[in-house]
Order: sequence, then structure tokens, then C-alpha cells
Amino acid sequence: MTEIFGWGRYPRMEAHEVRDEDLERASRGGALFRGLGRSYGDASLPARSGGEVVSTTRADRVLAFDPTTGVLRAEAGLSLVELTRVFLPRGFAAPVFPGTGFVTLGGMVAADVHGKNHHSAGTFGRHVRQLRMRVADGRVLEVSDTNEPELFLATQGGMGLTGQILEVELQLRRISSGWLRAESRAYPDIDALVDALRESSQRSPYTMTWSDTTARGGALGRGILITGDWVEPGDAPTKLPRQRTPVEMPLDLPSGVIGAWSLPLMNAAYFHLQRRSRVSVQGPRAFFHPLDGIGHWNRAYGKRGFVQYQCVVPIDRDSGIVRRLFEILVRKGGASFVSVVKDFGAEGRGLLSFPRPGITISLDLPMRGAKTQAVVDRMNDEVAAAGGRIYLAKDALTRAEHFRAMEPRLALWNEVRRKWDPEAKLKSALSVRLLGDDP
Amino acid sequence: MNAVLLGATRGIGRALARALAERGAHISLLGRDPLELSRSAADLEGRGAAGTVGFHSCDLADSDGFGPALDAAFAELGAVDLIVVTAGAFGTQEQLEADPDLCERVLDLDFTKTILFCEQARVRLLAGGGGTLCVFASVAGDRARKPVALYGAAKAGLAHYLDGLDLRFRTSGLRVVTVKPGFVHTAMTEGLRPPPFAASAEVVAASALRGILRGRRVVYAPPIWRALMTVIRALPRPVLRRAAF
Repeated sequence: MTEIFGWGRYPRMEAHEVRDEDLERASRGGALFRGLGRSYGDASLPARSGGEVVSTTRADRVLAFDPTTGVLRAEAGLSLVELTRVFLPRGFAAPVFPGTGFVTLGGMVAADVHGKNHHSAGTFGRHVRQLRMRVADGRVLEVSDTNEPELFLATQGGMGLTGQILEVELQLRRISSGWLRAESRAYPDIDALVDALRESSQRSPYTMTWSDTTARGGALGRGILITGDWVEPGDAPTKLPRQRTPVEMPLDLPSGVIGAWSLPLMNAAYFHLQRRSRVSVQGPRAFFHPLDGIGHWNRAYGKRGFVQYQCVVPIDRDSGIVRRLFEILVRKGGASFVSVVKDFGAEGRGLLSFPRPGITISLDLPMRGAKTQAVVDRMNDEVAAAGGRIYLAKDALTRAEHFRAMEPRLALWNEVRRKWDPEAKLKSALSVRLLGDDP
Repeated sequence: MNAVLLGATRGIGRALARALAERGAHISLLGRDPLELSRSAADLEGRGAAGTVGFHSCDLADSDGFGPALDAAFAELGAVDLIVVTAGAFGTQEQLEADPDLCERVLDLDFTKTILFCEQARVRLLAGGGGTLCVFASVAGDRARKPVALYGAAKAGLAHYLDGLDLRFRTSGLRVVTVKPGFVHTAMTEGLRPPPFAASAEVVAASALRGILRGRRVVYAPPIWRALMTVIRALPRPVLRRAAF
């Protein structure tokens, strides 16, 4: 029995974590699958304390790769870092890179992750061709657009609750070189930043912004826009990017170090350091996963941990919503170190897939108990009223009422889940909190 | 490089096979379960192994099968430069003391059967003009200690044999590489409390590969174990009687 937790280190739970190279065997007990534990909240924790989870990380074999088409089939525990290390030299990359490379294929499907290219490439699920999964009655099925399509779509973004993902077949992206050209530029406030972001997404396949949630008044939400694309071989260094070993965060910082006093300083320092427009050629890790350069950076928030809050809001009807969310954060003290703001493209096909057209904001909140809960509740009021939603892979504090109010698609997803798992055998701490499963 | 590996579908063997595949080696796998072998062969092909990765049935418990399995691998690869043995069995001291059948199995596989396999491998490598035989013993065989009294005895015996093999056939072209890992995070050690300096299978495989390429006789993996075992070997007996490790 060990204590396990997500990347936010809140909440924590006693669990029996089984690591097996053979997922067909390990899945027989019907336990929740957990990848690298990079969801932030309770998505990868068992439904009750002492319950079992199966870690998939030792099931990481490549099962088939066709260099002419770029179609890869692999066991669900293969990590994105490893995929990139193996296939970048051969001219292929993942179709979608989320914010960290320390995620598994199964985890990327379960959360239907998105990346800087959401506006051009959609979510991870768009590129998944087939899944091998064990469903609650014990059968092992190949699931795709043509075979059990409902289950296929309910599993994309289904947080591992529709079945255990054993193998993933996906379409890799052919790349021109192993390097990206990154361009960064500063904007003085949130409105200018969002305008520039949306405008740049018309031209650039990869875009995102970092924004300062501590700046007040005229500088509210000032930030840095980063755009990029894979470079042509002639413009790239001849060698492939080197994967440096991350610098480890050696210990937990005391829980208050990142807080109301330090965050404005950290944000201001970050903004001013990045202020000059810059063009550089970067490897995929520097471009897609800058924080992966620091091992266990989550320890900076101390033993109490932190929660990450990510929502998306449509802005066609209500263009002031993003500014209002920032104002709530500033007023309620929901300060975060460099928050991410990004525009989404069309909604994916996953029945509970997070992205939808609009603007997404993602930020870290140091865990301060009821105060943090109050910030999340207040944000969720606003997001639900605006027709937006939250990202389950990040969430730890959203209430079931808010979630239901944000998810008109939940009834359809529940119907598919009930069809395949009438007794809700497959569950997690998240499904207990948000879906009313018995612990 | 043309390599034959016994026990490479899982754990350290899997990691070492991948490291060889990424260097573009021709690989043939020996192991028990055909389905597992075929999946691992696909993995190695996907990771850059040269040509098709073949596989042949070979159970460490069945010494009659060693010769035919090795012959099949040799026939497939043409010439062989390297044979790696990572297959083996494990039990904690408590498990082995409580279960004579398990104890017999661990002693038999890790000592007798591994040596019999090495004999078959040795004959074939020498017939081809020499080559490298890389076998996984353990730091547990370096000095008797309470938690590994039985397992360590088998590994000590194996290391002793490998030492003798080097004396006897080095001049004929046989290079014997004895790898001694410390605690490694694999399915074999799942559920045990990891001691200090526990390493991943990838780190151990990287040490082993360096040893193979440089022709080292004994490789501690990771290398810190060389210093640790020097200290542990020097500890006075009364200290070891009282120590928990």
C-alpha cells in the first residue's frame, strides 16, 4: 500500500498500485488504469482509499510501425517522451503534444489531450485509429470508427471509465526536421494578447500564450505570444536535438514560498525577461514541454500541493468573459505563475472531450483549502453561465452540480457507459466526486 | 552486431535488447512464450533493429531445448557475436525458506540451468571463432547477506563459473561479461521495498552495454555498486550478523 496522487499532489490517497508488463493480465481484476500520473487531481486515483490501480508504464512496447504511412500501434504505457525519442530520428512526431512529455498513449486517449496546435490539428483522439480495450464484462475488443464507434468516442476523453485501454493505434505526423522555429512577442494586456493569439492562429500551426494573472489595472493579463512550426531541413541544425537530463527539484519547498507575495514578482520577472521579441530554433522538448526540463517541479508548491484550473469559454456571444475571469482571479487572490491562454478550434468527436471553440485559460493555484475551493467555485459559476466547461484531467475541486451544468453531453456519455458497464465497476476518485459513483 | 538474447521479453533483458536494437543490431530472441516473443520482436523492429527479429522457443527450465534453440538462432543470424542471458528466477529469503519447491526452482534455474545454457552457448561461440557471452549474476553473490542467503548462493556459484569460463577460454576468443546489478525496479522486484541506489532497468542495461562494448570482465550496474560491494565485502562478520541488509 502506498500513497499516490496526481501531479498537483492534492488530493492524496492510499492505494495498491500494480505495475505489470502484461496489461491483458493486469486488467482482469477491473481496476482503474493509471499512466504516468500526470493528471493533476483525482482522475488516476482509486474510488476509495486502499483500492487498486494498475500502472500501465511497464507495458510500453511498439507493436507495429509502418514508415510509409506513419501508423503506429503500441501498448498503452508507451510514453510521449519515448515515442519522440524513437520516432523523431525517422521523421515522425506525435500529432498532438500536450504540455508535458511524461504522459502515456493510454492517458492521452483517456484525457483526449490537446496541444498548441489544437486550432489546426484538433485533439489527440482525432488521430487515433483504433483501440484495444477490456470492457467491464471482461471481453477484450478492438474498437474503432467502424467497430463499436460509440464506445470508441466515449473512451476519447472518458477518463478511463469506459474500459481499460490496452493498445493504441495512431497516425503519427510526418515532420520536415526534428526542430521547430519559435517566435515570441509581448502584449500589454489580456485583450491585446487574445486578439494577437487568434490572429496568429490563422497563420501558425502551433500557438499559445503565457499570461500574468497578477498584473492589475491596465496591465491585466499582459503576456507573451509564442508561435511556431517545424522547420525545413535546410534551416535546421544537422544534428537532432539532444535530450538533456532534467534538473531535479531536490526537495519540497515550504508550502507558502509560492504565494501571494512571491507570485507577482515571479510573474513580473518572467514577463520582463521574455519581453523582447525573439526568434529561435528549438527542439520539441524546449518548445512543447519547457517545464519538463525541471524534474518534479510540482514540489515547488510544497507538501500541501496545488490544483490546476483549466476552463474553456466561448467568446462569440460574450467577448468580455476572458477579462472577467482574470478580474476574478486578481480579486480573489487566485494568483498563478504564468498562466496559459490558448484559442481552441472545433470541438472534437470524443463524447466528453474538453476542447470546444473559444478561449482556454489554465493556471496553477497553490492549495489553500477553503480559499482555493472558493476561487474554483466562483470561476465555475462564471464558466457555467458562459456555456464553457472545465478540463477533467486537471480538476480536483469542481462540484458535481457545476460539472452537470457545464456538460449537456453528459447524458449521452452516461448512456454509453451504462451500456458497457451497467454496474459502474470501473471507477475512480474523480467519478465518485463528479458522477455520483459509489466509493 | 548479431545478438542472441535469452529472457529479453521483460525487465532488464527488454531494456538491453532495445539498446542493441537502437544500435542497429541483428537480433534473435529466445524465450518461453511465443506470443510475448512475437510482441517483443515487433517492439525491437519498431525501435531500429536490423531486418526481421526472429524468435525461438527456449525454456530455461528445459535444458534439452538449449542446443536446438541456439542452433535455430545461429542458423538465422549466420554468425553470432553476442549471447546475453538475463533469464532467471527470484524469491525473497522468506519466500525461499518457506517454500522448498520455489527454493529448488530458483537454485536450479539461476545456477544449474543457467550454467548448462552457457555451456551450449560457449561451444557455439567458440566454433564460430569466439564472441561475447554476457550473463547476469548479482551483487547478491558477492558476499553472503541475510536477505539474499539463498538467492545470493546461486548467483555466487554462477559468478564463480563465469570467472572460470573466462580463465579457460579467453585466449580462444571467448569474452565473458558478468553483469552484477544491484536492486532494479522491474516486475521481478515489484512489491519489495527498494533499498538505496535502486536503479531502473534502462540504467542497468546501459551499464551492461558499455561493459559488452568494452569487453569488461565484471560490470557492476549501476557502477556505484562496485564501491558499495567493496565496502560490504570488507565488513567484519559480527557487523554483518547484526546488519539487516
